[in-house]
Amino acid sequence: MIIMRLTLTAALLAATVGAQAEPPPDFEKLFATQAKQENPAFVGFSAEQGQRFYARTHGKDWSCASCHDRTPVAIGQHVATGKTLAPLAPAANPERFTRPDKVEKWFKRNCNEVLGRPCTAQEKGDVLAYLLTVR
Amino acid sequence: MVLLYPSRWWVAALGAMLALAAGGAFADDDVRIRPLNHAAWQQECSACHVAYPPQLLPAASWRAIMNGLDRHFGADAALDPQQRADILRFLETNAGQGRGSMGGKPLLRITETRWFIHEHSEELPASIWSRPSVKSPANCIACHTAADRGDYSEQTLRLPR
Repeated sequence: MIIMRLTLTAALLAATVGAQAEPPPDFEKLFATQAKQENPAFVGFSAEQGQRFYARTHGKDWSCASCHDRTPVAIGQHVATGKTLAPLAPAANPERFTRPDKVEKWFKRNCNEVLGRPCTAQEKGDVLAYLLTVR
Repeated sequence: MVLLYPSRWWVAALGAMLALAAGGAFADDDVRIRPLNHAAWQQECSACHVAYPPQLLPAASWRAIMNGLDRHFGADAALDPQQRADILRFLETNAGQGRGSMGGKPLLRITETRWFIHEHSEELPASIWSRPSVKSPANCIACHTAADRGDYSEQTLRLPR
């Protein structure tokens, strides 16, 4: 009986680990594919460019840094509501850039707010490249 | 005990009976907001602010808010249609019964309801709202430290510096 239970536990554990082991999509690769479609002259992403994009405003009131803090490993504060936001950089918050639906939703919303238009794949890739360098 | 915009008449009746039975154990201004559970409401609304209790606005207000999520108080909070409908159903079911309108239009801000103004007018320094840790009256959790669990009781109330 005990052995059976142990086996069952082991099986469940294996299933859980298996489910977690599925790697999140490689967003850099995904954005690179999209960037090539948007611009045949695409050469790659730049963390430096991403850092500048992240820090500055784009003709409207807010920048990425307005809510996600100037240093994206820090806890942010929503510029309008004051709510604290978990860090954006994956080094400080491993949940970031793991779920395509979330990534898609938030780029759509936030680019609309910060730029007044959707971000290009180049811009998304640059920002991600920057976020991945921040420790 | 004040029950605001009670979503069912019997909740109000029950509340009144309990208050009587308790012999006035609750102070007059001790608001009891019933904590609610709804996964999508909790997750989506609390991304930018506390998931505000549905009881604090009437159904017409929630409909107006959920119909304008792409321009949500200056922010884009658009949801996919299915999720939007799901959350709106929950809000309508639990909405308050107060009028919550001004000039024939539904109020969109809880902070503009008579209830909110009344509850927050006493004993509060006017400067409280502009403190960096508070920033906005929309930031319930700055003072109502358990607001994320739907608890707005006096016991969890702490005014930050």
